[in-house]
Amino acid sequence: MPDATPELTVREPIIEVDSLVRHFGSQTVLNGVSFKVYAGDTFVIMGGSGCGKSTLLRHLIGTEKPSSGSIKIFGQEITTMNADARQKLRGRYGMLFQSGALLQSLSVAENVALPLNEHTQLDAGLIDTVVKMKLEQVGLTGHGHKKPSEISGGMKKRAALARALALDPPLVFSDEPTAGLDPIMTAVVDELTQRLTQKIGATVVVVTHDMNSVFRIGTRIIMLGTGANQGKIIASGTPAEIRAHPHPAVQQFINGDPQGHDGDDSGEVLYRETLLGINDTGQYSRSAIHSSKP
Amino acid sequence: MSTAFRQYFELCGSLLYWLFVAPFRGKGWRLGHTFAQIIRIGVHAVPMSALTALTIGVVLAMQSAAQLAKLGATAFVPGLVSSSLIRELAPLVTAVIVIGRSGSSVTAELGTMKVSEEIEALEVMAIPPMSWLIVPRFLAMVLMLPLLTVFSIYVGLAGGWLIGHFSLHMSTAFFVNHALQYVELRDIGIGLLKSGVFGVLIVTIACSIGLNVSGGAEGVGLATTRSVVVSLLSVFIANALLTALFFF
Ligand SMILES: Nc1ncnc2c1ncn2[C@@H]1O[C@H](COP(=O)(O)OP(=O)(O)O)[C@@H](O)[C@H]1O
Ligand SMILES: [Mg+2]
Repeated sequence: MPDATPELTVREPIIEVDSLVRHFGSQTVLNGVSFKVYAGDTFVIMGGSGCGKSTLLRHLIGTEKPSSGSIKIFGQEITTMNADARQKLRGRYGMLFQSGALLQSLSVAENVALPLNEHTQLDAGLIDTVVKMKLEQVGLTGHGHKKPSEISGGMKKRAALARALALDPPLVFSDEPTAGLDPIMTAVVDELTQRLTQKIGATVVVVTHDMNSVFRIGTRIIMLGTGANQGKIIASGTPAEIRAHPHPAVQQFINGDPQGHDGDDSGEVLYRETLLGINDTGQYSRSAIHSSKP
Repeated sequence: MSTAFRQYFELCGSLLYWLFVAPFRGKGWRLGHTFAQIIRIGVHAVPMSALTALTIGVVLAMQSAAQLAKLGATAFVPGLVSSSLIRELAPLVTAVIVIGRSGSSVTAELGTMKVSEEIEALEVMAIPPMSWLIVPRFLAMVLMLPLLTVFSIYVGLAGGWLIGHFSLHMSTAFFVNHALQYVELRDIGIGLLKSGVFGVLIVTIACSIGLNVSGGAEGVGLATTRSVVVSLLSVFIANALLTALFFF
């Protein structure tokens, strides 16, 4: 994409991450991650389960503190920022959590109305209208009165997306927005994401491992590694560059091969091995099996 | 252990800010949430507190009557019932009830919100969990535990009166006079002070443990148990210390 590069250099970076490192106990989940997200991008973070995608997002939204490294959002360093400044900055982005994270004590509509009630002076009637509109956008018309426990996982995701978009934030983080959705709803949510960047001019950071979505919506993509490359970016570029990327783990991920690619990169611990917890001697490693606990 | 203490004192520091500083910076207490918690922590505990206090009043009167009858001093029964209720039993027993009902549920609720990312979601929406969740629970607890204690004192006295009136054949006026004779305003003050301290302990422990849950449903279960155990021990120890403080 020869025409993309000069444009990227003049656009303003909305997010700048530099040498981000995060340890949990002895586990290094992020190991020197650096990237920039430019205005108007749909920036996709992909990678296998447990490679640290959600952890990376948590650092970007400032609910986790890095072990070292720097994160700038809208040009402001967030790792050292005080509570008041953080509070102000948070008004400028929305986040869709992997689990939805709707407040169980409120109805779906009340969840979507929450940011509006908290951060705007709109009157109740207007808020009602906005909520109806947001719910319609994600295909949840008529479900507003239900409690989160009364709707399906995919509906929770969409309700949470509506909540994240309630204030029309210029920056949206989205953790696996389409996981658990049927193909039609996946397309609806993808279209909504695209509309954010194309119509509203927002910047979107999406975590996903749905390869259809990646290439449908992504304008810049990074892939986090697993195994020996845990916590490192193993590939980054435009969709075309990622598609043609020589790294075997990238090709394996795109094609969904359980066996890995040709095995030409013998030093590489491939995704399947990491997933199954098999090290190179063919034995199950304890650390992989117990990796869910610190 | 040391992280638990650090988390506890961090919460207390943050709570002080949100209770006393934030309201002067335009971030007032959320009275609607506080009211909802007052209903849950206080009003819904009324039947159980009443029944417990009633049985304790009755039992106190029967036990003391059995002993004092040997000395021919059953006239002291009302005073014994009232002073034990006001100084010790009502604050302590009400605290135990509230730990079982509300300390546990605060920890479980906050813990579930923590593991389902709801607390993080509040933070990201720039709605501080301290103001949304913690301050209302704190205010409700610190207000309602002393009120429940006062209520328990009255009901306990009524239990004592049942025995005094129907079994020991005291007139109501006699019972009330003798019950009040041995009680000073200071005793009531100490009783209320105790229940206020217990309220602070219960709600801060419950919130701190709940907010720091990790490890899914199992973690919530473990945290709830820990919250009840730590609260009970803290309340018993604080009770002994406070009693000693005013004894010497
Ligand atoms: N709070 C935590 N404490 C300890 N380990 C954690 C914590 N959060 C995440 N991890 C670990 O970090 C790794 C990456 O997790 P996560 O970011 O959720 O992966 P994913 O890419 O699937 O979103 C996992 O191995 C997980 O066990
Ligand atoms: Mg994840």
